[in-house]
Amino acid sequence: MAATQEEIVAGLAEIVNEIAGIPTEDVQLDKSFTDDLDVDSLSMVEVVVAAEERFDVKIPDDDVKGLKTVGDAADYILKHQA
Amino acid sequence: MSKIKPSRGAPYARILGVGGYRPTRVVPNEVILETIDSSDEWIRSRSGIATRHWASDEETVAAMSIEASGKAIADAGITAEQIGGVIVSTVSHFKQTPAVATEIADKLGTDKAAAFDISAGCAGFGYGLTLAKGMVVEGSAEYVLVIGVERLSDLTDLEDRATAFLFGDGAGAVVVGPSQDPQIGPTVWGSEGDKSETIKQTVPWSDYRGVSAEDLPKFPAITQEGQAVFRWAVFEMAKVAQQALDAAGISPDDLDVFIPHQANMRIIDSMVKTLKLPEHVTVARDIESTGNTSAASIPLAMERLLATGEAKSGDTALVIGFGAGLVYAATVVTLP
Repeated sequence: MAATQEEIVAGLAEIVNEIAGIPTEDVQLDKSFTDDLDVDSLSMVEVVVAAEERFDVKIPDDDVKGLKTVGDAADYILKHQA
Repeated sequence: MSKIKPSRGAPYARILGVGGYRPTRVVPNEVILETIDSSDEWIRSRSGIATRHWASDEETVAAMSIEASGKAIADAGITAEQIGGVIVSTVSHFKQTPAVATEIADKLGTDKAAAFDISAGCAGFGYGLTLAKGMVVEGSAEYVLVIGVERLSDLTDLEDRATAFLFGDGAGAVVVGPSQDPQIGPTVWGSEGDKSETIKQTVPWSDYRGVSAEDLPKFPAITQEGQAVFRWAVFEMAKVAQQALDAAGISPDDLDVFIPHQANMRIIDSMVKTLKLPEHVTVARDIESTGNTSAASIPLAMERLLATGEAKSGDTALVIGFGAGLVYAATVVTLP
């Protein structure tokens, strides 16, 4: 069953926590990965690959650049998940 | 039909000796920061690089190769006359013909060894090693010298914030020779030409022909799409590394050493995590003081691990190279 936006954000929070060590409660819809969560461009790739596996979705390299905030990523996954 | 006599080689092949050459000039990040707006902290956090070596005019591709090869030949306990093949992998020798391998073979004192260059970017060492193994087992040469050598400082855009700090110069060489038991595993290799744009030379040499002096393009440099390359290197190459282990029948627990191409410390760390390598495996992290030296990075890292005692002769090592092409090659070897 497809994940809800709430479930996706919770999942992203766990992923960001594991990869960048950011507390899960800091991972909110309006937070920017690079500016607020200290996820640099290479860590972002790790976040994306982990999110692909977790939510059964493909996020091509060209689309990664458009995912500035947690909300952007959640919306993308919501729209593209299998 | 006439009967053709077959060639006879050794039952198996192995690496008998390794040698490296690092240019005298050590270049710290402070020098890189003279031409880009960045910081030592940023460079170290994105790449793990603190210093790299840049070659002088005298430290040519041939000169560095000869130094590294001399050490590898001595380490193997053979003489140059016994070398039957010289394979040089480089993308930064600017005279395309004749192959630089012929000059190296001559100056080393080989007896007219077969000599040629290959172009396989950062996978060049694995490609050369695979060819050398084939030559030894097939019988066209008893001992083959495999050299990875680069002067990437010549192909670096010092004003490009994303790559100015990345590349270094140097040469690494191994001698491959006969063995009674398998000490170089099956190679898992390939190419993905559909991704050729992700790492490339900015301008082809042909663009400089027939152009007036004022219209000359900027000297070419190597450029890459960082995120795309990082994803491919970490996640796709971890699969290739695992396939090489499987093909050799070696479990991660059996492994002593992991020598990935020294592309970027972040790639190395993520590969180790993705491969779930056990704690006891020694991981080459030569990039910190050598930078990315493309085809030279694996033999240089191998030489340093053995020199510092972090690895020892007889250890089982997984080596994997990957880069422009995109191309890759992975295999398991016994360290010399």
